[in-house]
Amino acid sequence: MIAADASVALLIVALGAWVVVARATFAAVTGFLAYGLLLTLVWVRLHGVDVALTEAAIGGGLTGALLIGAAARLRNTEAAARAERPGRLVRAVAALAALAVTAALAVCVLTLPVPAPSLAREVAANLAATEVGNPITGVLLAFRSMDTLLEAIVLLFALIGVWSVAPDGVWGGRPGPQHRLDPDGILAYIARVLPPIGIIVGMYVFWVGADHPGGKFQGATIIAAMWLLTVMAGLTDMPPISRRWLRIGLVAGPLAFIAIGLYGAVAAGAFLAYPAGFAKPLIVVIELALMPSLALVLALMLAGAPQRSDLR
Amino acid sequence: MRTALDLFTIVAVTGGAFFFLAGTAGLLRFPDTFTRLHALTKADNLGLGLVILGLLPRVDSLVTAGKLVVVWLLVLLSGAVASQLIARAQRRRETHP
Amino acid sequence: MTEFFGAAAVFVLAMVALGLVRILRGPTDADRVMAAQLLGTGGIAALLLVGEATAEPAIADVALTLALLAAFAAIAFVKAAAPTPDADPAAEDRA
Repeated sequence: MIAADASVALLIVALGAWVVVARATFAAVTGFLAYGLLLTLVWVRLHGVDVALTEAAIGGGLTGALLIGAAARLRNTEAAARAERPGRLVRAVAALAALAVTAALAVCVLTLPVPAPSLAREVAANLAATEVGNPITGVLLAFRSMDTLLEAIVLLFALIGVWSVAPDGVWGGRPGPQHRLDPDGILAYIARVLPPIGIIVGMYVFWVGADHPGGKFQGATIIAAMWLLTVMAGLTDMPPISRRWLRIGLVAGPLAFIAIGLYGAVAAGAFLAYPAGFAKPLIVVIELALMPSLALVLALMLAGAPQRSDLR
Repeated sequence: MRTALDLFTIVAVTGGAFFFLAGTAGLLRFPDTFTRLHALTKADNLGLGLVILGLLPRVDSLVTAGKLVVVWLLVLLSGAVASQLIARAQRRRETHP
Repeated sequence: MTEFFGAAAVFVLAMVALGLVRILRGPTDADRVMAAQLLGTGGIAALLLVGEATAEPAIADVALTLALLAAFAAIAFVKAAAPTPDADPAAEDRA
């Protein structure tokens, strides 16, 4: 297997270099998609299947679609961007800065202690108290649930950042253009056939995350991708961002998480502590509340800033 | 029994790899978009199909085998739709330069 | 058997890497979309083979997720290659 691992590593490095060097944006984004795919394989080789799932979902599908949408919008400016050439001094400074960062990273990696410090043993010893079988889920939702809460809130901030790019006149409107497609065409066909399958797979990946690789984040990504598919095919339209149900849906997940944290402060002595015996039900409630919010956030981030005012 | 199944796996996976080779060779060497599309779908259908067929004897449960077959069917579906879209867009581009 | 699966995975990846050459040279955007499609399929095959070589039981779930999202990404690529973002990439000329 050494030869296989070595060739994958070589391919990743070569692909990374190519993505940086390629001049056509479309080609670079496709290379980036391939890069995400290879990273998924690497994570599987390292037995990090949860991370591989997330890399396949986010790095493969969502980021690829995001970048290619951006590349399509920038197509008119691409000729101008390719024609400009920075001066010699700028290029020299950039090369020095890149070399310095690489050297610092190399030093850090080479001076890592062996064996690497890890809390895996403590996690394995205490996992039974959380009543979940998957140690990743245990860490994310029991031992380090504060991090997960902050991540959910950071995603909301990122979404507000994306919205803030909208022109004043269309604030509160619908993201993205109006997709006009033949309702009997092939794109409409797959947008009717694939989402039901995708939703079932998404719920399954969410549910199985308690004891096997999976979880709310990967499930939410699949569901967001299916929703965006129906929008891209013109079967539904993105809702205006001023709609009350949308905004309630976005904050409902983090608010439920915070509420459970406060309950834990009262009932078990610390914010986000779980009373004994209640760990699994509370974790399930948190996941059930967070998943719709996550799916909404991810889909809206991909749809972008409002482009059409809400005429209703 | 074990070695017969292993032999089946090796034969099927090798066949799948061969179709991936054929598909990539077609993608690189065929003269225009439509013929390349034809080569590409061979890798989709037969390449992945034979690989999954070869891996089926090694799965530990019927559910996992079902999941693998669903993966193949999904790839078939998306491959068919993407081929249609690519071909029509290319034809449109060629008749309306 | 592990070596065989590892070798098969490397072979499929090499094919996918060769397909990426088509992206670099492809005269039209359609070729680049096709290369993206090949990436998805080859990636799933390589993933299943690597998972078998590493004896990872949950690999079918990752392959399922990848299949769905590769379909989504391929369609996003086709839409992006269309003349305008909201156009129908499969519009028929009904003249």
